[in-house]
Amino acid sequence: MAVEPILSVEDLSVRIAGLHILQGVSFEVAPTGVTVLLGRNGVGKSTTLRAIVGLTPRNGEARGTVRMGAQSLLARPTHRLVRGGLGYVPEDRCVFAGLTVAENLRLAERRGTTPAYDKVFALFPELDRRGRQRAGSLSGGQQQMLAIGRVLLNDNRLLLVDEPTKGLAPKVVTEVAEVLERVAESVPVLLVEQNLAVVRRLASDAVVLSAGRVAWTGDARELLLETALTKSLLGVGSAEVHS
Amino acid sequence: MTEVKSAEVPAPPATVPDELTPGHARWHGLRPYLPLVALVVAAVLPYSTLNLPGVFEGPLNSPGTLQLLAICLVFGGLAAGYDLLFGRTGMLSFGHALYFAAGVYGTDVLITKAGLPLWQAALLTVVGGTTLAALLGAVALRTVGIAFAMVTLAFAQVGAILVARDFGGLTGGEEGLPLDVSGLPAGLVGVTNTVNLYWLALAYLAIVVLVVHRVSGSPTGRVLAGLRDDERRIGVLGLDPYRFKLVAFTLAGGLATAGGVVYVLIVGGASPHITSSELTLSLLVMVVLGGPGTRWGPVLGGVLYMYLDHRLTAFGSSDAVNNLPAFLSHPLSQPLFVLGTVFILAVYFFPGGLASLRTRLTPLLTTLRPRR
Amino acid sequence: MNTVVLLTLTGLGLAALYFLVASGLSLVFGLADVLNFAHGLFLGVGAYATWWAAGNLPGAGSDGLGFVVAVLFGVLAGSLVAVLVELVLIRPLYSRTIEQVLVTVGLSLAGVALLQATWGADPRPFPRPDWSRDVTSVLGAQVPNAGLLLIVAAVVVLGALLAFLRWTRYGLIIRAGVENREMVTALGIDVRKAFTLVFAIGGAAAALAGALGGVYFGTVSPGQGGSLLIFAFIVVVIGGMGSVVGSAYAAVAVGLLQQFVNYYGTSGLGDLCVVGLLAVVLLLRPQGLAGKVAHA
Ligand SMILES: Nc1ncnc2c1ncn2[C@@H]1O[C@H](COP(=O)(O)OP(=O)(O)OP(=O)(O)O)[C@@H](O)[C@H]1O
Ligand SMILES: [Mg+2]
Repeated sequence: MAVEPILSVEDLSVRIAGLHILQGVSFEVAPTGVTVLLGRNGVGKSTTLRAIVGLTPRNGEARGTVRMGAQSLLARPTHRLVRGGLGYVPEDRCVFAGLTVAENLRLAERRGTTPAYDKVFALFPELDRRGRQRAGSLSGGQQQMLAIGRVLLNDNRLLLVDEPTKGLAPKVVTEVAEVLERVAESVPVLLVEQNLAVVRRLASDAVVLSAGRVAWTGDARELLLETALTKSLLGVGSAEVHS
Repeated sequence: MTEVKSAEVPAPPATVPDELTPGHARWHGLRPYLPLVALVVAAVLPYSTLNLPGVFEGPLNSPGTLQLLAICLVFGGLAAGYDLLFGRTGMLSFGHALYFAAGVYGTDVLITKAGLPLWQAALLTVVGGTTLAALLGAVALRTVGIAFAMVTLAFAQVGAILVARDFGGLTGGEEGLPLDVSGLPAGLVGVTNTVNLYWLALAYLAIVVLVVHRVSGSPTGRVLAGLRDDERRIGVLGLDPYRFKLVAFTLAGGLATAGGVVYVLIVGGASPHITSSELTLSLLVMVVLGGPGTRWGPVLGGVLYMYLDHRLTAFGSSDAVNNLPAFLSHPLSQPLFVLGTVFILAVYFFPGGLASLRTRLTPLLTTLRPRR
Repeated sequence: MNTVVLLTLTGLGLAALYFLVASGLSLVFGLADVLNFAHGLFLGVGAYATWWAAGNLPGAGSDGLGFVVAVLFGVLAGSLVAVLVELVLIRPLYSRTIEQVLVTVGLSLAGVALLQATWGADPRPFPRPDWSRDVTSVLGAQVPNAGLLLIVAAVVVLGALLAFLRWTRYGLIIRAGVENREMVTALGIDVRKAFTLVFAIGGAAAALAGALGGVYFGTVSPGQGGSLLIFAFIVVVIGGMGSVVGSAYAAVAVGLLQQFVNYYGTSGLGDLCVVGLLAVVLLLRPQGLAGKVAHA
């Protein structure tokens, strides 16, 4: 990569409950656009994102080097990393079901900065209308909007987004993809995504994990063109993408 | 766990000729027999008239000393049994005192109130206590983790209430229930026969250690260790965690009941304080101080804790303490203050307990030992 | 009828005591996963500090405004001890649940022994305002004022806690943290500050229970916290860990059940029924009446 990456992961190893899940993963995230992290189910994509943001579970341990700019991330507490501009949208949304939409958003406000409600409500007008609704009673798509929205209230240097389209209806998948596309215009995104149509639409770079290591990195379109490669690495042919 | 294995596996043949490292090789050859040696030493101990001023009040074979030692041994066994739950399966039960108390009160009531001979009372009690553990365990184990801890605590509280309220006049309430010794075998009654009770306690300890050791070495024991490390993985193997945990819970309950039977004979009666949750907490302290999940740690912890509990009371009222300024002498006169503080420090600085002392000291000893 | 009113109100008085202890336990557990055996110690500290203040603190006394000052002092002391315990002993062990339980166990043993060493094992007469010894006639029943005081205090605390949780930023953080602590940190919030805060609140509520319990029972003794604590645990489990409202419902259920069965059945039977209730609730709803799913 010619330009300086926004995030570089070097030799990241994660053990959880005695299992060696990541065994020396290295890759970089470009300072613009969407870098997509791919791999079969259970290969450790979420584990990678969680390690980056400092949320490796207590019975686990992450080693290696992760840098955002000049800053080393591992071993720093999560809330510091997030305040430092690392936004994280977890798998399965994880909105606070017992809190209202407005409260979910309010939680993300920080002292000393003005929350960008205009921006968020422009992207998701729904969130403005449903402020008093309990987040647990939102639809899956709306919850995903909320999960993304509360991260966008603050300025971020990099977004980690884990499977934002999981379990959503095709129409909602397109909506989410559209939003991410607009978000990625201003912030670089490291995206975990199974839906290859979304990958095709958003991703500029791709990193593929296999058996605890990086099996492939490069231009995302190149990867999708090679049917045999995607089939062996992801277990799907890119023919499925067109259907 | 490694602790247990290294004690079990026969020492590797010495590669160095004997005459070069005489003491060392012989030591290794002896190690598997050490428990046996310890047992024999403990068994012949009552024949010694050795006087250890400061350590014990009277000579070793005096009834007072033997009774204290017997109590220590019983608690060594109790702690080892409790470790089957805490150290080896990872279950945090706060109600283990219940089964011990069932042993104590069951035997006492059956002998004193129902007039049964000792062997019948003991048998009935152990069977009853084990059944109780199985039944309550079956309910409590529907929950996990902290909820399990609270449920066991609540069940044990029922025992404490039943005993304290003296339903049907069986338990003697706050007063406790002195054991009616008239029907007991003559060898277990009277100050002069304390030595027999001591041997009984020793036998109980030996049996518990043997049982726990056997179980943890068996396939079941490996499943239990797996449950402790990561319950999900055992579930993935197609084994039912619930059943294995219930087996461990029942077994530990039965062992505790048996301990109660021995204990009531030693102290000659039952008193309500043994039903308190404090006793379970003490068991936890013993195991953690000794070293959870090790063969000798909990035994050591139990013996030492009971010894200190008794001796610290004497220590607290000794001149050495009384002459200190009040802000020191008052707390020091409370055994539980001293033990609780030691316990907290141990959790922070000594996670492996006493049993980890050897592994911690080994590097030190090797550097200190003169090079050959 | 008189008896029923009397039993209801004394049962509610008991429930108030349970609630004051349980609400803090429940928040501490729900947010920080700490099963706090030392919570009974906070109660003891509150009781003894109030007792001490009434006799020694200038401006404090056993009646009128002096009594309020003494109780405030006790509450402050309990809260302070709780914060110290959290900062010094619990915080270094965060996320190591078992070790934390062990430390609080050690603390409860040592702390009660320390109270006993300082003020003796025997119950001491508690300073209390004269009016608290009187009875008030409610619907024909003669209800002890001390019990009514407890009920009023518990209702005030419940209201204040709910308002705090509902309307303040830290309340929001605590509610969110009880649901999913990890996600709170993932939004850039240092959730450990909230831990300290719930310890302070829990310690204050328990200390208040200690002080008002002293008024209710007329004496203070080192072991008082321990026996209350077990029932408070039961209340927490039945109510659902982390739920203040759940604790309130469960405390009322437990207090009334205990009082009525102990009166109409034999003494002690009510306590057994409470444990029975716990077993039934756990078998039907392992997460309690209103809480998140209890986890390991
Ligand atoms: N807390 C944990 N305890 C034990 N194993 C875990 C834990 N978290 C993750 N794992 C294991 O780590 C592996 C990787 O999990 P991860 O969630 O990172 O996969 P993933 O690539 O995100 O899969 P998916 O596409 O299904 O989301 C899996 O085998 C999973 O079982
Ligand atoms: Mg995933």
